[in-house]
Amino acid sequence: MSNWQILWQARDQFWSGFLSTMTIFGCAISAAFVIGCVLLYLLEGSRPRLAVPLRVFIDGMRMLPFLILAYLLYYGLPSFGIRLDAWWSGVGALAVYHGCYIAEIFRGSRLTFPPGQIEAAQAHGFTRSKMFLRLILPQIVMQTRPLLGNQLIYALKDTAFLVIITVQELTAAANSLSGTYFIPTEAFIVVIGFYWAVSIVMEVIVKQCGRFGSRRGFDNV
Amino acid sequence: MSDLHATAGRQATPEPPAAGNSHVTTAAVSIRNLSKSFDDVEVLRDVNLEVKQGDVVTILGSSGSGKSTLLRCINWLEQPERGTIHIAGERIGMNADGRPMSVKALARVRARTGMVFQSFNLWPHLNVLHNVTEAPIHVLGQPRQEAEARARELLDKVGMSHKQDAYPNTLSGGQKQRVAIARALAMQPEVMLFDEPTSALDPELVGEVLGVIKALSAEGYTMVIVTHEMAFSRAVSDQVVFLEKGLIIEQADPETFFTRPRTERVQRFLERHQ
Repeated sequence: MSNWQILWQARDQFWSGFLSTMTIFGCAISAAFVIGCVLLYLLEGSRPRLAVPLRVFIDGMRMLPFLILAYLLYYGLPSFGIRLDAWWSGVGALAVYHGCYIAEIFRGSRLTFPPGQIEAAQAHGFTRSKMFLRLILPQIVMQTRPLLGNQLIYALKDTAFLVIITVQELTAAANSLSGTYFIPTEAFIVVIGFYWAVSIVMEVIVKQCGRFGSRRGFDNV
Repeated sequence: MSDLHATAGRQATPEPPAAGNSHVTTAAVSIRNLSKSFDDVEVLRDVNLEVKQGDVVTILGSSGSGKSTLLRCINWLEQPERGTIHIAGERIGMNADGRPMSVKALARVRARTGMVFQSFNLWPHLNVLHNVTEAPIHVLGQPRQEAEARARELLDKVGMSHKQDAYPNTLSGGQKQRVAIARALAMQPEVMLFDEPTSALDPELVGEVLGVIKALSAEGYTMVIVTHEMAFSRAVSDQVVFLEKGLIIEQADPETFFTRPRTERVQRFLERHQ
Protein backbone atom coordinates (compact mmCIF):
# COMPACT_ATOMS: atom_id res chain seq x y z
CA MET A 1 0.00 0.00 0.00
CA SER A 2 1.51 3.33 -1.00
CA ASN A 3 1.71 6.25 1.37
CA TRP A 4 -0.95 8.07 -0.63
CA GLN A 5 -3.30 5.11 -0.29
CA ILE A 6 -2.82 5.16 3.46
CA LEU A 7 -3.75 8.82 3.53
CA TRP A 8 -6.78 8.19 1.31
CA GLN A 9 -8.01 5.60 3.77
CA ALA A 10 -7.57 8.12 6.57
CA ARG A 11 -9.47 10.77 4.64
CA ASP A 12 -12.17 11.00 7.32
CA GLN A 13 -9.57 12.21 9.75
CA PHE A 14 -8.45 14.94 7.34
CA TRP A 15 -12.02 15.88 6.62
CA SER A 16 -13.00 16.27 10.25
CA GLY A 17 -9.78 18.20 10.89
CA PHE A 18 -10.61 20.44 7.96
CA LEU A 19 -14.14 21.07 9.20
CA SER A 20 -12.76 21.85 12.63
CA THR A 21 -10.26 24.33 11.16
CA MET A 22 -12.99 26.01 9.14
CA THR A 23 -15.27 26.28 12.17
CA ILE A 24 -12.51 27.79 14.26
CA PHE A 25 -11.52 30.13 11.47
CA GLY A 26 -15.11 31.20 10.80
CA CYS A 27 -15.90 31.89 14.44
CA ALA A 28 -12.60 33.60 15.14
CA ILE A 29 -12.54 35.86 12.11
CA SER A 30 -16.17 36.92 12.61
CA ALA A 31 -15.42 37.79 16.21
CA ALA A 32 -12.19 39.53 15.14
CA PHE A 33 -14.14 41.67 12.69
CA VAL A 34 -16.57 42.72 15.40
CA ILE A 35 -13.68 43.44 17.78
CA GLY A 36 -12.00 45.52 15.08
CA CYS A 37 -15.19 47.54 14.53
CA VAL A 38 -15.76 48.07 18.26
CA LEU A 39 -12.16 49.18 18.80
CA LEU A 40 -12.42 51.61 15.91
CA TYR A 41 -15.62 53.04 17.34
CA LEU A 42 -14.07 53.44 20.78
CA LEU A 43 -11.10 55.22 19.20
CA GLU A 44 -13.53 57.56 17.40
CA GLY A 45 -14.31 59.58 20.48
CA SER A 46 -10.60 60.46 20.75
CA ARG A 47 -10.89 60.90 24.49
CA PRO A 48 -7.28 60.39 25.51
CA ARG A 49 -8.26 58.59 28.69
CA LEU A 50 -9.73 55.83 26.56
CA ALA A 51 -7.74 56.21 23.35
CA VAL A 52 -4.28 55.87 24.87
CA PRO A 53 -4.85 52.56 26.68
CA LEU A 54 -6.65 51.21 23.63
CA ARG A 55 -3.75 52.09 21.36
CA VAL A 56 -1.33 50.49 23.81
CA PHE A 57 -3.48 47.36 23.89
CA ILE A 58 -3.74 47.16 20.10
CA ASP A 59 -0.03 47.70 19.59
CA GLY A 60 0.80 45.28 22.39
CA MET A 61 -1.21 42.57 20.68
CA ARG A 62 0.27 43.24 17.28
CA MET A 63 3.78 42.97 18.65
CA LEU A 64 3.09 39.67 20.37
CA PRO A 65 3.85 36.36 18.64
CA PHE A 66 0.49 34.66 18.18
CA LEU A 67 1.69 31.42 19.69
CA ILE A 68 2.57 33.12 22.97
CA LEU A 69 -0.93 34.57 23.18
CA ALA A 70 -2.44 31.14 22.59
CA TYR A 71 -0.18 29.68 25.29
CA LEU A 72 -1.12 32.46 27.68
CA LEU A 73 -4.83 31.90 27.25
CA TYR A 74 -4.59 28.12 27.52
CA TYR A 75 -1.87 27.63 30.13
CA GLY A 76 -1.72 31.04 31.79
CA LEU A 77 -5.34 31.89 32.52
CA PRO A 78 -6.00 28.91 34.81
CA SER A 79 -3.63 30.45 37.37
CA PHE A 80 -6.10 33.34 37.52
CA GLY A 81 -8.93 30.90 38.05
CA ILE A 82 -10.18 31.13 34.46
CA ARG A 83 -10.13 27.80 32.72
CA LEU A 84 -10.91 27.75 29.01
CA ASP A 85 -10.76 24.52 27.06
CA ALA A 86 -8.38 24.30 24.13
CA TRP A 87 -11.02 25.16 21.55
CA TRP A 88 -12.21 28.32 23.30
CA SER A 89 -8.66 29.41 24.11
CA GLY A 90 -7.74 29.01 20.47
CA VAL A 91 -10.74 30.84 19.08
CA GLY A 92 -10.40 33.54 21.73
CA ALA A 93 -6.73 34.09 21.00
CA LEU A 94 -7.31 34.26 17.25
CA ALA A 95 -10.24 36.64 17.66
CA VAL A 96 -8.44 39.10 19.93
CA TYR A 97 -5.17 38.95 18.02
CA HIS A 98 -6.64 39.46 14.59
CA GLY A 99 -9.25 41.85 15.96
CA CYS A 100 -6.38 44.14 16.93
CA TYR A 101 -4.83 43.83 13.48
CA ILE A 102 -8.17 44.64 11.88
CA ALA A 103 -8.61 47.60 14.23
CA GLU A 104 -5.22 48.90 13.13
CA ILE A 105 -6.12 48.46 9.47
CA PHE A 106 -9.37 50.35 10.05
CA ARG A 107 -7.65 53.07 12.05
CA GLY A 108 -5.22 53.76 9.24
CA SER A 109 -8.07 54.14 6.80
CA ARG A 110 -10.06 56.26 9.25
CA LEU A 111 -7.20 58.77 9.38
CA THR A 112 -7.69 59.55 5.71
CA PHE A 113 -11.49 59.62 5.86
CA PRO A 114 -12.72 62.86 4.24
CA PRO A 115 -13.73 65.22 7.07
CA GLY A 116 -16.25 66.89 4.79
CA GLN A 117 -18.39 63.76 4.85
CA ILE A 118 -18.43 63.84 8.63
CA GLU A 119 -19.52 67.46 8.55
CA ALA A 120 -22.24 66.63 6.07
CA ALA A 121 -23.46 63.90 8.40
CA GLN A 122 -23.39 66.25 11.39
CA ALA A 123 -25.21 68.93 9.43
CA HIS A 124 -27.90 66.37 8.62
CA GLY A 125 -28.40 65.63 12.29
CA PHE A 126 -26.57 62.31 12.56
CA THR A 127 -25.47 61.27 16.00
CA ARG A 128 -22.07 59.68 16.50
CA SER A 129 -23.17 56.06 16.58
CA LYS A 130 -25.49 56.27 13.57
CA MET A 131 -22.87 58.15 11.61
CA PHE A 132 -20.32 55.49 12.44
CA LEU A 133 -22.52 52.55 11.53
CA ARG A 134 -24.15 53.94 8.42
CA LEU A 135 -21.54 56.21 6.87
CA ILE A 136 -18.04 55.66 8.24
CA LEU A 137 -17.80 51.92 8.79
CA PRO A 138 -19.21 50.77 5.43
CA GLN A 139 -16.79 53.00 3.57
CA ILE A 140 -13.84 51.94 5.68
CA VAL A 141 -14.60 48.27 5.07
CA MET A 142 -14.81 48.89 1.31
CA GLN A 143 -11.65 50.92 1.39
CA THR A 144 -9.62 48.34 3.30
CA ARG A 145 -10.92 45.28 1.46
CA PRO A 146 -7.54 44.16 0.06
CA LEU A 147 -5.92 44.42 3.49
CA LEU A 148 -8.80 42.57 5.10
CA GLY A 149 -8.39 39.82 2.50
CA ASN A 150 -4.76 39.55 3.50
CA GLN A 151 -5.70 39.37 7.15
CA LEU A 152 -8.12 36.52 6.44
CA ILE A 153 -5.24 34.49 5.05
CA TYR A 154 -3.01 35.28 8.03
CA ALA A 155 -5.80 34.22 10.36
CA LEU A 156 -6.34 30.97 8.47
CA LYS A 157 -2.66 30.12 8.73
CA ASP A 158 -2.56 31.01 12.40
CA THR A 159 -5.20 28.36 13.11
CA ALA A 160 -2.42 25.81 12.49
CA PHE A 161 -0.64 26.97 15.65
CA LEU A 162 -3.54 25.70 17.70
CA VAL A 163 -2.30 22.13 17.27
CA ILE A 164 0.22 23.02 19.97
CA ILE A 165 -2.49 23.66 22.52
CA THR A 166 -4.11 20.34 21.50
CA VAL A 167 -6.94 21.65 19.33
CA GLN A 168 -8.00 18.89 16.94
CA GLU A 169 -7.82 20.72 13.65
CA LEU A 170 -6.36 20.11 10.21
CA THR A 171 -2.69 20.33 11.12
CA ALA A 172 -3.32 18.11 14.13
CA ALA A 173 -4.83 15.51 11.82
CA ALA A 174 -1.76 15.58 9.57
CA ASN A 175 0.51 15.49 12.56
CA SER A 176 -1.14 12.42 14.00
CA LEU A 177 -1.21 10.56 10.67
CA SER A 178 2.41 11.32 9.95
CA GLY A 179 3.28 10.14 13.42
CA THR A 180 1.26 6.95 13.18
CA TYR A 181 2.43 5.86 9.70
CA PHE A 182 5.76 7.77 9.43
CA ILE A 183 4.70 9.59 6.26
CA PRO A 184 5.29 13.24 7.13
CA THR A 185 5.90 14.49 3.59
CA GLU A 186 2.69 13.20 2.07
CA ALA A 187 0.58 14.07 5.11
CA PHE A 188 1.76 17.66 5.19
CA ILE A 189 1.48 18.05 1.43
CA VAL A 190 -2.18 17.15 1.73
CA VAL A 191 -2.59 19.74 4.44
CA ILE A 192 -0.86 22.40 2.37
CA GLY A 193 -3.32 21.62 -0.39
CA PHE A 194 -6.21 22.28 1.96
CA TYR A 195 -4.80 25.62 3.15
CA TRP A 196 -4.05 26.69 -0.39
CA ALA A 197 -7.48 25.75 -1.62
CA VAL A 198 -9.21 27.73 1.11
CA SER A 199 -6.90 30.73 0.62
CA ILE A 200 -7.52 30.75 -3.12
CA VAL A 201 -11.28 30.59 -2.64
CA MET A 202 -11.07 33.47 -0.15
CA GLU A 203 -8.94 35.50 -2.55
CA VAL A 204 -11.50 35.05 -5.29
CA ILE A 205 -14.38 35.99 -2.99
CA VAL A 206 -12.60 39.07 -1.66
CA LYS A 207 -11.75 40.07 -5.19
CA GLN A 208 -15.37 39.68 -6.24
CA CYS A 209 -16.42 41.87 -3.34
CA GLY A 210 -14.16 44.52 -4.84
CA ARG A 211 -16.67 45.02 -7.62
CA PHE A 212 -19.09 46.30 -5.03
CA GLY A 213 -16.61 49.00 -4.01
CA SER A 214 -15.29 49.79 -7.46
CA ARG A 215 -18.76 50.72 -8.68
CA ARG A 216 -18.69 53.33 -5.95
CA GLY A 217 -15.22 54.53 -6.86
CA PHE A 218 -13.36 52.86 -4.01
CA ASP A 219 -10.85 50.92 -6.07
CA ASN A 220 -10.28 49.58 -9.52
CA VAL A 221 -10.68 45.85 -9.49
CA MET B 1 -26.78 96.59 14.66
CA SER B 2 -30.06 94.86 15.15
CA ASP B 3 -32.97 93.48 13.23
CA LEU B 4 -32.33 94.59 9.75
CA HIS B 5 -35.47 93.32 8.18
CA ALA B 6 -34.43 94.66 4.87
CA THR B 7 -37.14 95.80 2.57
CA ALA B 8 -37.73 92.72 0.53
CA GLY B 9 -36.34 92.68 -2.96
CA ARG B 10 -39.05 90.29 -3.98
CA GLN B 11 -42.69 91.16 -3.55
CA ALA B 12 -45.25 88.83 -2.04
CA THR B 13 -43.04 86.20 -0.50
CA PRO B 14 -44.87 82.90 -0.66
CA GLU B 15 -45.23 80.77 2.44
CA PRO B 16 -42.09 78.76 3.09
CA PRO B 17 -42.90 75.18 2.28
CA ALA B 18 -41.02 73.77 5.23
CA ALA B 19 -42.69 75.75 7.98
CA GLY B 20 -46.21 76.07 9.23
CA ASN B 21 -48.02 79.30 9.98
CA SER B 22 -47.17 79.14 13.65
CA HIS B 23 -43.63 80.36 12.97
CA VAL B 24 -44.50 83.39 10.89
CA THR B 25 -43.49 85.80 13.60
CA THR B 26 -40.28 83.96 14.49
CA ALA B 27 -37.17 84.60 12.47
CA ALA B 28 -35.83 81.52 10.69
CA VAL B 29 -32.37 82.40 11.93
CA SER B 30 -31.54 84.90 14.60
CA ILE B 31 -27.89 85.60 15.36
CA ARG B 32 -27.00 87.87 18.27
CA ASN B 33 -23.64 89.21 19.39
CA LEU B 34 -21.74 86.39 17.78
CA SER B 35 -17.97 86.32 18.26
CA LYS B 36 -15.50 83.66 17.27
CA SER B 37 -11.72 83.40 17.24
CA PHE B 38 -9.30 80.89 15.84
CA ASP B 39 -6.34 80.98 18.20
CA ASP B 40 -5.69 84.71 18.51
CA VAL B 41 -7.40 85.79 15.33
CA GLU B 42 -10.89 87.18 15.73
CA VAL B 43 -12.87 85.88 12.76
CA LEU B 44 -16.28 87.11 13.85
CA ARG B 45 -16.83 90.21 15.96
CA ASP B 46 -20.18 90.83 17.53
CA VAL B 47 -22.21 89.80 14.51
CA ASN B 48 -25.98 90.31 14.53
CA LEU B 49 -28.17 88.99 11.78
CA GLU B 50 -31.83 88.19 11.42
CA VAL B 51 -33.17 86.04 8.61
CA LYS B 52 -36.92 86.12 8.17
CA GLN B 53 -38.94 83.14 7.03
CA GLY B 54 -38.79 82.94 3.26
CA ASP B 55 -35.93 85.40 2.92
CA VAL B 56 -32.78 84.84 0.96
CA VAL B 57 -29.68 86.37 2.48
CA THR B 58 -26.38 86.30 0.65
CA ILE B 59 -23.16 86.88 2.50
CA LEU B 60 -20.37 88.52 0.53
CA GLY B 61 -16.83 89.41 1.42
CA SER B 62 -13.29 88.62 0.42
CA SER B 63 -11.74 85.36 1.51
CA GLY B 64 -10.79 85.37 5.15
CA SER B 65 -13.53 87.82 6.00
CA GLY B 66 -15.30 85.23 8.13
CA LYS B 67 -18.30 84.58 5.93
CA SER B 68 -17.94 80.81 5.82
CA THR B 69 -17.31 80.74 9.56
CA LEU B 70 -20.48 82.72 10.14
CA LEU B 71 -22.46 80.27 8.05
CA ARG B 72 -20.90 77.27 9.79
CA CYS B 73 -21.76 78.72 13.18
CA ILE B 74 -25.44 78.68 12.25
CA ASN B 75 -25.51 74.86 12.39
CA TRP B 76 -22.77 74.72 15.00
CA LEU B 77 -20.11 73.15 12.79
CA GLU B 78 -18.06 75.94 14.31
CA GLN B 79 -18.61 76.82 17.93
CA PRO B 80 -18.65 80.55 18.63
CA GLU B 81 -17.18 81.85 21.89
CA ARG B 82 -19.93 84.34 22.55
CA GLY B 83 -23.40 85.09 21.32
CA THR B 84 -26.53 83.13 20.57
CA ILE B 85 -28.07 81.59 17.51
CA HIS B 86 -31.69 80.58 17.26
CA ILE B 87 -33.10 78.41 14.50
CA ALA B 88 -36.82 79.15 14.21
CA GLY B 89 -36.89 80.20 17.82
CA GLU B 90 -34.86 77.27 19.12
CA ARG B 91 -31.40 77.91 20.45
CA ILE B 92 -28.61 75.85 18.94
CA GLY B 93 -25.46 74.65 20.67
CA MET B 94 -26.15 75.83 24.19
CA ASN B 95 -28.88 75.21 26.68
CA ALA B 96 -30.64 78.10 28.36
CA ASP B 97 -28.30 77.73 31.34
CA GLY B 98 -25.28 78.39 29.13
CA ARG B 99 -23.99 74.84 29.14
CA PRO B 100 -23.31 72.93 25.90
CA MET B 101 -26.25 71.01 24.54
CA SER B 102 -26.26 67.25 24.70
CA VAL B 103 -25.08 65.57 21.52
CA LYS B 104 -28.59 64.29 20.87
CA ALA B 105 -30.23 67.69 21.34
CA LEU B 106 -27.65 69.34 19.11
CA ALA B 107 -28.23 66.74 16.39
CA ARG B 108 -31.95 67.39 16.60
CA VAL B 109 -31.60 71.16 16.15
CA ARG B 110 -29.05 70.67 13.40
CA ALA B 111 -31.55 68.51 11.56
CA ARG B 112 -33.72 71.64 11.26
CA THR B 113 -31.11 73.21 9.01
CA GLY B 114 -29.92 71.97 5.65
CA MET B 115 -26.39 72.56 4.47
CA VAL B 116 -24.81 72.49 1.04
CA PHE B 117 -21.02 72.46 0.97
CA GLN B 118 -18.49 73.78 -1.48
CA SER B 119 -17.07 70.29 -1.98
CA PHE B 120 -20.49 68.53 -2.13
CA ASN B 121 -19.59 65.89 0.48
CA LEU B 122 -21.94 63.28 -0.87
CA TRP B 123 -21.57 59.86 0.71
CA PRO B 124 -19.84 57.84 -2.01
CA HIS B 125 -20.99 54.39 -0.92
CA LEU B 126 -24.65 55.31 -1.37
CA ASN B 127 -26.34 55.90 -4.70
CA VAL B 128 -28.05 59.19 -5.46
CA LEU B 129 -31.45 58.15 -4.15
CA HIS B 130 -30.01 56.75 -0.94
CA ASN B 131 -27.88 59.83 -0.37
CA VAL B 132 -31.14 61.75 -0.28
CA THR B 133 -33.09 59.26 1.84
CA GLU B 134 -30.31 58.39 4.30
CA ALA B 135 -30.90 61.17 6.82
CA PRO B 136 -34.71 61.29 6.55
CA ILE B 137 -34.85 57.56 7.29
CA HIS B 138 -32.10 57.27 9.88
CA VAL B 139 -32.30 60.67 11.54
CA LEU B 140 -35.93 61.71 11.17
CA GLY B 141 -37.24 58.16 11.28
CA GLN B 142 -39.37 58.46 8.15
CA PRO B 143 -40.67 55.23 6.65
CA ARG B 144 -38.54 54.18 3.69
CA GLN B 145 -41.33 54.36 1.11
CA GLU B 146 -42.33 57.84 2.14
CA ALA B 147 -38.73 59.04 2.19
CA GLU B 148 -38.08 57.57 -1.25
CA ALA B 149 -41.20 59.10 -2.75
CA ARG B 150 -40.20 62.49 -1.39
CA ALA B 151 -36.59 62.01 -2.52
CA ARG B 152 -37.78 61.31 -6.06
CA GLU B 153 -39.79 64.53 -6.03
CA LEU B 154 -36.78 66.48 -4.85
CA LEU B 155 -34.45 64.86 -7.37
CA ASP B 156 -36.98 65.81 -10.01
CA LYS B 157 -36.94 69.38 -8.73
CA VAL B 158 -33.15 69.60 -9.10
CA GLY B 159 -33.22 67.78 -12.43
CA MET B 160 -31.47 64.65 -11.22
CA SER B 161 -34.19 62.01 -11.18
CA HIS B 162 -32.65 60.25 -14.18
CA LYS B 163 -29.54 59.56 -12.08
CA GLN B 164 -31.17 58.19 -8.96
CA ASP B 165 -29.38 54.83 -9.22
CA ALA B 166 -25.97 56.30 -10.07
CA TYR B 167 -23.15 56.54 -7.57
CA PRO B 168 -21.61 59.93 -6.82
CA ASN B 169 -18.26 59.07 -8.40
CA THR B 170 -19.96 58.93 -11.81
CA LEU B 171 -21.48 62.42 -11.57
CA SER B 172 -20.14 65.78 -12.66
CA GLY B 173 -19.57 68.47 -10.06
CA GLY B 174 -22.74 70.28 -10.99
CA GLN B 175 -24.73 67.07 -10.74
CA LYS B 176 -23.18 66.25 -7.37
CA GLN B 177 -24.09 69.66 -6.05
CA ARG B 178 -27.66 69.35 -7.25
CA VAL B 179 -27.94 66.01 -5.46
CA ALA B 180 -26.45 67.62 -2.36
CA ILE B 181 -29.15 70.29 -2.55
CA ALA B 182 -31.87 67.64 -2.79
CA ARG B 183 -30.27 65.80 0.13
CA ALA B 184 -30.42 68.92 2.30
CA LEU B 185 -33.99 69.73 1.21
CA ALA B 186 -35.11 66.24 2.20
CA MET B 187 -34.68 67.23 5.84
CA GLN B 188 -37.44 69.82 5.33
CA PRO B 189 -35.20 72.38 6.98
CA GLU B 190 -36.24 75.73 8.39
CA VAL B 191 -33.29 77.25 6.61
CA MET B 192 -30.93 76.17 3.85
CA LEU B 193 -27.28 77.10 4.27
CA PHE B 194 -25.08 77.27 1.17
CA ASP B 195 -21.32 77.49 1.67
CA GLU B 196 -19.90 78.72 -1.64
CA PRO B 197 -21.94 76.15 -3.55
CA THR B 198 -20.39 76.90 -6.93
CA SER B 199 -16.77 77.63 -6.02
CA ALA B 200 -15.55 74.11 -6.75
CA LEU B 201 -17.31 73.88 -10.10
CA ASP B 202 -16.08 74.24 -13.64
CA PRO B 203 -17.37 77.58 -14.97
CA GLU B 204 -19.78 75.95 -17.39
CA LEU B 205 -21.41 73.97 -14.57
CA VAL B 206 -22.04 76.95 -12.29
CA GLY B 207 -25.22 77.95 -14.09
CA GLU B 208 -27.12 74.72 -13.47
CA VAL B 209 -26.54 74.93 -9.72
CA LEU B 210 -27.40 78.62 -9.47
CA GLY B 211 -30.50 77.93 -11.53
CA VAL B 212 -31.66 75.37 -8.98
CA ILE B 213 -31.05 77.75 -6.08
CA LYS B 214 -32.94 80.51 -7.86
CA ALA B 215 -35.87 78.19 -8.38
CA LEU B 216 -35.86 77.38 -4.68
CA SER B 217 -35.91 81.05 -3.75
CA ALA B 218 -38.95 81.51 -5.96
CA GLU B 219 -40.63 78.73 -4.02
CA GLY B 220 -40.08 80.64 -0.80
CA TYR B 221 -37.34 78.61 0.86
CA THR B 222 -35.39 80.46 3.51
CA MET B 223 -31.75 80.49 2.49
CA VAL B 224 -28.43 81.88 3.66
CA ILE B 225 -25.85 81.78 0.90
CA VAL B 226 -22.14 82.50 1.00
CA THR B 227 -21.10 83.22 -2.55
CA HIS B 228 -18.77 85.05 -4.89
CA GLU B 229 -21.33 85.25 -7.68
CA MET B 230 -22.38 88.91 -7.72
CA ALA B 231 -25.01 88.77 -10.43
CA PHE B 232 -26.58 85.80 -8.73
CA SER B 233 -26.54 87.51 -5.36
CA ARG B 234 -28.23 90.53 -6.83
CA ALA B 235 -30.91 88.51 -8.55
CA VAL B 236 -31.78 86.18 -5.73
CA SER B 237 -31.31 88.10 -2.47
CA ASP B 238 -33.69 89.87 -0.17
CA GLN B 239 -30.75 91.03 1.89
CA VAL B 240 -27.06 91.27 1.11
CA VAL B 241 -24.60 91.19 3.96
CA PHE B 242 -20.99 92.25 3.51
CA LEU B 243 -18.41 90.96 5.95
CA GLU B 244 -14.99 92.46 6.44
CA LYS B 245 -12.58 91.15 9.05
CA GLY B 246 -15.38 89.54 10.99
CA LEU B 247 -17.63 92.59 11.03
CA ILE B 248 -20.80 93.20 9.07
CA ILE B 249 -19.86 96.51 7.50
CA GLU B 250 -22.79 96.74 5.17
CA GLN B 251 -26.22 95.19 5.00
CA ALA B 252 -28.89 96.22 2.55
CA ASP B 253 -31.36 95.10 -0.04
CA PRO B 254 -29.58 94.09 -3.27
CA GLU B 255 -30.68 97.16 -5.21
CA THR B 256 -29.14 99.52 -2.67
CA PHE B 257 -26.13 97.33 -2.04
CA PHE B 258 -25.10 96.96 -5.66
CA THR B 259 -25.97 100.46 -6.89
CA ARG B 260 -25.44 102.73 -3.89
CA PRO B 261 -23.02 101.08 -1.45
CA ARG B 262 -22.39 103.22 1.58
CA THR B 263 -18.80 102.27 2.29
CA GLU B 264 -15.75 102.72 0.16
CA ARG B 265 -14.70 99.17 0.98
CA VAL B 266 -17.79 97.73 -0.68
CA GLN B 267 -17.44 100.07 -3.64
CA ARG B 268 -13.93 98.80 -4.23
CA PHE B 269 -15.08 95.19 -3.78
CA LEU B 270 -17.86 95.61 -6.31
CA GLU B 271 -15.58 97.30 -8.82
CA ARG B 272 -13.21 94.39 -8.70
CA HIS B 273 -15.99 91.87 -9.17
CA GLN B 274 -17.87 93.48 -12.00
